[in-house]
Amino acid sequence: MQITVTVNGVTYTHDVEPRLLLVHYLRDVLNLTGTHIGCDTSQCGACTVLLNGKAVKSCTIFAVQADGAEITTIEGLARDGQLHPVQEGFWEKHGLQCGYCTPGMIMTAVDFLQRNPNPTEEEIRHAIEGNLCRCTGYQNIVRAIQYAAEKMRSGS
Amino acid sequence: MAVTKLFGAAIKRREDPRLITGRGNFTDHIRLPGTLVMAIKRSPHAHARIVRIDTSKARAMRGVVAVYTGQDLVDKLAPVPCAWLIPDSDLKLTPYRAVAVDKVRYVGDAVAVVVAEDRYVAQDAIEAIDVEYEVLPAVVDQEKAMESGAPQLYDEIPNNLAFHWKLHIGDFDAIWNEAEVRLSRRLINHRLIPTAMEPRGALAAYNPGSGELTIWCTSQNPHVHRLLLSAVTGLPETRIRVIATDVGGGFGSKIPMYAGEMIAAAISRDLGRPIKWIETRQENCVATIHGRDHIQYVDIAARRDGTITGVRVRAYANMGAYLSTAAPGVPTWLFGLMLQGAYAIPVIHCDVYGVLTNTTPTDAYRGAGRPEATYLLERMIDILARELGMDPAEIRRKNFIPKDRFPYTTPTGLQYDSGDYEATLNRALELVDYSTLRRQQAELRQQGRYIGIGFSTYVEVCGLAPSQAAGAMGFQGGLWESATVRVHPTGKVTVFTGSNPHGQGEETTFAQLVADELGVPFEDVEIVHGDTEMVPFGMGTYGSRSTAVGGAALVAACRKVKEKAQRIAAHLLEVAPEDLAFENGRFFVKGAPDRGMTFQEVALQAYLAWKLPRDIEPGLEATHFWDPVNNTFPFGCHICVVEVDPETGKVDFLKYVAVDDVGNVINPMIVDGQVHGGIAQGLAQAVYEYAAYDANGQLLSASLMDYAIPKASMLPVFTVDRTVTPTPVNPMGVKGAGETGTIASTPAVVNAVIDALAPFGIEHIDMPLTPERIWRAVRERSS
Repeated sequence: MQITVTVNGVTYTHDVEPRLLLVHYLRDVLNLTGTHIGCDTSQCGACTVLLNGKAVKSCTIFAVQADGAEITTIEGLARDGQLHPVQEGFWEKHGLQCGYCTPGMIMTAVDFLQRNPNPTEEEIRHAIEGNLCRCTGYQNIVRAIQYAAEKMRSGS
Repeated sequence: MAVTKLFGAAIKRREDPRLITGRGNFTDHIRLPGTLVMAIKRSPHAHARIVRIDTSKARAMRGVVAVYTGQDLVDKLAPVPCAWLIPDSDLKLTPYRAVAVDKVRYVGDAVAVVVAEDRYVAQDAIEAIDVEYEVLPAVVDQEKAMESGAPQLYDEIPNNLAFHWKLHIGDFDAIWNEAEVRLSRRLINHRLIPTAMEPRGALAAYNPGSGELTIWCTSQNPHVHRLLLSAVTGLPETRIRVIATDVGGGFGSKIPMYAGEMIAAAISRDLGRPIKWIETRQENCVATIHGRDHIQYVDIAARRDGTITGVRVRAYANMGAYLSTAAPGVPTWLFGLMLQGAYAIPVIHCDVYGVLTNTTPTDAYRGAGRPEATYLLERMIDILARELGMDPAEIRRKNFIPKDRFPYTTPTGLQYDSGDYEATLNRALELVDYSTLRRQQAELRQQGRYIGIGFSTYVEVCGLAPSQAAGAMGFQGGLWESATVRVHPTGKVTVFTGSNPHGQGEETTFAQLVADELGVPFEDVEIVHGDTEMVPFGMGTYGSRSTAVGGAALVAACRKVKEKAQRIAAHLLEVAPEDLAFENGRFFVKGAPDRGMTFQEVALQAYLAWKLPRDIEPGLEATHFWDPVNNTFPFGCHICVVEVDPETGKVDFLKYVAVDDVGNVINPMIVDGQVHGGIAQGLAQAVYEYAAYDANGQLLSASLMDYAIPKASMLPVFTVDRTVTPTPVNPMGVKGAGETGTIASTPAVVNAVIDALAPFGIEHIDMPLTPERIWRAVRERSS
C-alpha cells in the first residue's frame, strides 16, 4: 500500500506492507533509528513519537494508519541547533543513564507539557507511567520534566 | 591525590547530547548492505527430547535464505562456555549447545534458526518450523531437583547437583552449643529478570575475503566476548573485532557469552553475509540470564546482649538449566565471602549447593551474590533484635566493625579497606529523624495505622579484582583493567579504556580525571571504549569496577605520560626533570616560573622530535594495566519508612534515606544517579518483581505486562547523602557506586514492612511483599 507521511518536516511516499509497524517504517525505511524498540507488548514506551502532535507508541500503529499524518521523532525535536527544553532538562538534571528509554520518555514529556504546562510531581509521575526506565529510578527524569516545564512557562 | 578542579564537580554528561537527540550508536542502529535477519525458534517446553524437526515449509518460504538446526551447527560452534570454574566444589560443567541437539532443558532453549531477507519473513518462517517433542517431566525448584526421583537434566550429573561449595571458618558447632540465643530461619531470595531496556542483539559481519569477523553486540565486556567468540568459532582473536559503543543497560545481563551472538557469528561465516539478530522482549525474558534465586537456611548464634557470635548458612542456588559464563562464582565467592557483612562476626559456615533446574540460566545480576548475603544478614539481625527486644539501630551499632580496626581482615579472608560504619548510621538516623518517627509510629498504632522503619547497614565488595584472587577463585581471566592515554601533537588527548560503560557515565568522569591529571581542558579529552580494534585490551564494566579499576589504570597511564613530558620539558629547558614543577598544565622551573612550557608545547615537541635526545623516544603515549592490590568495600546505611494498610496489604513509601560511603566522588551528580537507580531495582525486588515459574517450567512473567519493573508512580523520592572514607587501594580513593543501592535497599524495604506489621505478630514474609502476600499474612495471624 502506498502511504505519504511527513516526518520531521520532510514528506515521504513509500509502498509498504500493510502489516509493517510504524516503528519499523521509521527505523528501517527512513533510517530514523532514534526511535527505539524495548518490548513487544506496548509497555515500555521507548518507541514513542508524536503523531499529529500527540504522543503515540509507534510499535502499536501500522505504518498505513499514519498515512497523511505529521510525525515528529526525537531527531526532529531540536530546531536550528537549539535543544527542546525537555531535551535540555534531561541533560541538565541527569535524566538519563544508558539513554535507551530516553527518546520515548522525552517525546511523552513534550506531549504532556503541551497539555499540562504546570504539573505537580505526582502528575508528572503519572504522565510517564507508559514509559519504563530501568536505570534512573525516575527521580531525575521528574526533575528534568520540571526543569522543562519551568523553562517553557518562562519562555512563553 | 588529584583533587583539583574537576574531581568532585557535577559536570553534565558528555554522553547525553547524542542520546537526547536520537543519535546513539546502539547495536540495532547499525546498518550494513546485504544484511540478513536472523530469528531463533525456541522451545515451548521446559524439558523435552527433540524427536524430529521439519524445516521444509520454512525453507520453501519466499525470502528465507537458510534454516539451521542444532545438528547443522555442531561442527560450526563449540558449546557455550562457562568461565568461572570454582575449585574444590566438585563442579560439573553442563554441555551447553547454542542450539539444542537432542534435548531442550528450559522454555527458551534454542531449537532452530532462520535467516531471511526481512524480519517479518523470519518470524513467519519460525512459526512454519515444525518440531516434534517427547515431553519429559520438568523440575523448577532447586530443593525438589535434588530429591531422589526428581527429573534429571543430564545423565552425567546426578541429583542435578552442579557443585557443592564450602567455606567453614571457625567451630560453628561449638559456638552454637554455647550460644545464649539461637535463631534458625528459611529465607527465599527469589528470582529476578534484569530487564535492561535495550534487548540483547548482534550484527555479525564475516568477510570471506579477509577472514575477519566484525560483530556489533550488546556487551559489557567486548574483549571478553572476543576471546570467547574466538574459542567457540575457532577464529583467531586477531580476526575478530567486537564493537559495543552504546549499550542500553546491562546490570550484569550483558556480561555472559550467549547462544544468539554465537549463532549470528557462525551463520555470517557460513553464508558470507552480515547477520542481524535482535531479541524480542519475550526472548529477553526467557533467554537472557536471570538473577538471584536462592533458598537459604540460616542459623544465627548470639549472646543476650545482641552480640552475634556466628552465622551458618546452607544455600540452594538455582543455576537454571545450564551454567552461564560467570554463574558458579556468583552464589559462592560473591555471596559466601560477604556473610559477615558490616559486623565483627568471628565464625562463618557456608555451604552452597548449585542446582540445575528446567529454568533460564542464572548469572550475575546487579549486586550478584552480595544482595543475597546482605538480605540474609540484615533480615536475620532484625529478627534477632525483635527476639531480644532491642532497637534495630542499636543492635547494628553493637555489632559493627569499629572504625579503628581498619584495614579489617574478615574471617572469610577479605581485607576491608576502610570504613566508618557508625557514621553512616548516625547520619541516616538524623536525616530520617528517627526518635520522632518512633514516637509517631507508636501514636499511629493507637489509631490503627501501621508505619514501619526498616534498616540496612551494608558493606559490599566491589572494584572486582585483583587477578591473583580471581585465579584462586577459579575465574578464567584476570581482573585488571587497561588504559592507553594518547596525547596528540596538538596536546589533545584520546584515552582508550578497557572499561565499557553503558549508562554509568565514564565518558564524563574519566575525562574529568584526565583533565585534572594532565592539566588539559576537559573538552580536549576524548574517551574511547567498546571497540576491540581501538582499545588495547579490557576486562569490562561490571562489579562496580570501572572507576575503581579502569579509572585507576588511566590515572596511572596519565602519570607515565606526564613523567615523559617532564623529561622532554626538562631537556628543552635545560634543567633536570626534578627541577621542574607542574601546575595548571604547565611545566616550569622551580623558583623561576617564567621559564616553562605548556603541556601542549611539550606534546608538539614530542612529535616533532627535532630536539629530543637519543634516549627519549618520539611520541607521547602510555598504556597501563592496573591490577589493584585489593577490592574496595563501599558501605552505608539505608532507612526506609513505609505505611502498610493491613486491610488491603498495600505498601506506601513515606521516606527513603540513603547514606552511602563510596570513597571519594568524582562526579556527585552521576553517583547520585547510580544510587537512585540501584535503590529502585532493589526496592522493586522487595515489593514488585518476581520471575515466576509454574510447576511445568513455564515462565509466567515473560513480558513487561507480567514482570513488574517499577513505573515512575511506584517509586518514592530518595533522599541521598554521603560520608566520605577514601580507599587506599587506588590513587583516587574511589570505591565504586554501581551496586550499593541495589544491595542495600531490598532488606531496608522488607524490614520496614515487617516492622509495620509487628503488632500483628508477623516476623517474616518472603518477597516480593505484594499486597496479596501481606494481606494473607495479616489474615492468618488475625484469625
